[in-house]
Amino acid sequence: MEPEAAKYIGAGLATLGMIGSGIGVGAIFSGFLQGALRNPGAAGGQFTNLVLGFALTEALGILAFVLGLLILFS
Amino acid sequence: MADPMHQFEIQVLKKLDLTIPGLGNVDLSITNSVVAMAIAATLVLAFFALATARVAVVPGRMQVVGESIFGFIDDLATSIIGPEGRAFFPFVFTLFLFILAMNILGLFLVFTATSQLAVTVTFAALTILLVIVVGLAKNGLGFFKLFLPSGVPWYLWWLVVPIEVISFLLRPVTLSLRLFGNMLGGHVALKVFAGFVVSLGALAMGGGVGLLGIPGAALAMGGVVALTALEFLVAFLQAFVFAVLTCVYLNDAVHAGHH
Repeated sequence: MEPEAAKYIGAGLATLGMIGSGIGVGAIFSGFLQGALRNPGAAGGQFTNLVLGFALTEALGILAFVLGLLILFS
Repeated sequence: MADPMHQFEIQVLKKLDLTIPGLGNVDLSITNSVVAMAIAATLVLAFFALATARVAVVPGRMQVVGESIFGFIDDLATSIIGPEGRAFFPFVFTLFLFILAMNILGLFLVFTATSQLAVTVTFAALTILLVIVVGLAKNGLGFFKLFLPSGVPWYLWWLVVPIEVISFLLRPVTLSLRLFGNMLGGHVALKVFAGFVVSLGALAMGGGVGLLGIPGAALAMGGVVALTALEFLVAFLQAFVFAVLTCVYLNDAVHAGHH
């Protein structure tokens, strides 16, 4: 296989890491919505925690994205 | 198709090589990144100069906006860190506004300063250095209790302490990469979709079967509009997330023994 082709395949494979991040972010928002619909009064106060969990989970997907970029452009 | 990475290239607008005694030759060239950051800082300063120009007990429109942004971050800092959070409010507020201004300007100008790893790493390094300095100054050596959560039995220390140390060291890395990755990814996606519009339009110009490219181009155009709207949300959310995480990390430093 040509090295150039292997590079592109590798970059594509690196993006698979985003699957986990996607599942995680979905789980966070689904959990928040379930809780928020049962007790809408308490939902507003948890916005910061929601965003915090979202950011920490999303960071792993971003790592996969950056890894893909590193493979492509270095 | 045009190269979607072209927008992130640094262009030197004015060459400026200075010789500073003690440091040697320093490259202080004015680049498009410098210009974008200067515009963002000027806008923030101008906005607050205007908002506080005529301070009244019954606030005008500008003053209400200024006060609500102020109160938003003040609430954030005090709700996460507690009463001591007031001391860190200026730092968090400055970071939030500067990042928000750069993110939003990136959607209007051709250049996003926060899509440069050098910029985001500087912010993350500032934050983590402040966390370490504040932690050591407030708690002394008790700061290292951060790496040993209370309630962990002694026979698990060998496992927990390395994990906590690594997670602490990864904080500045993820803090900088999150902002950088979000901005870079969002703008690349925008330009790729915009490129579809042009190439499908060019296909349709050929006539014949190529006319099928017109609905495709319209679809891609709709995608660009939707993505731009999403990017405005992301621009705010990432600035907010940066502020929240700065507060959380500072909270760890202030209350090192209590978790």
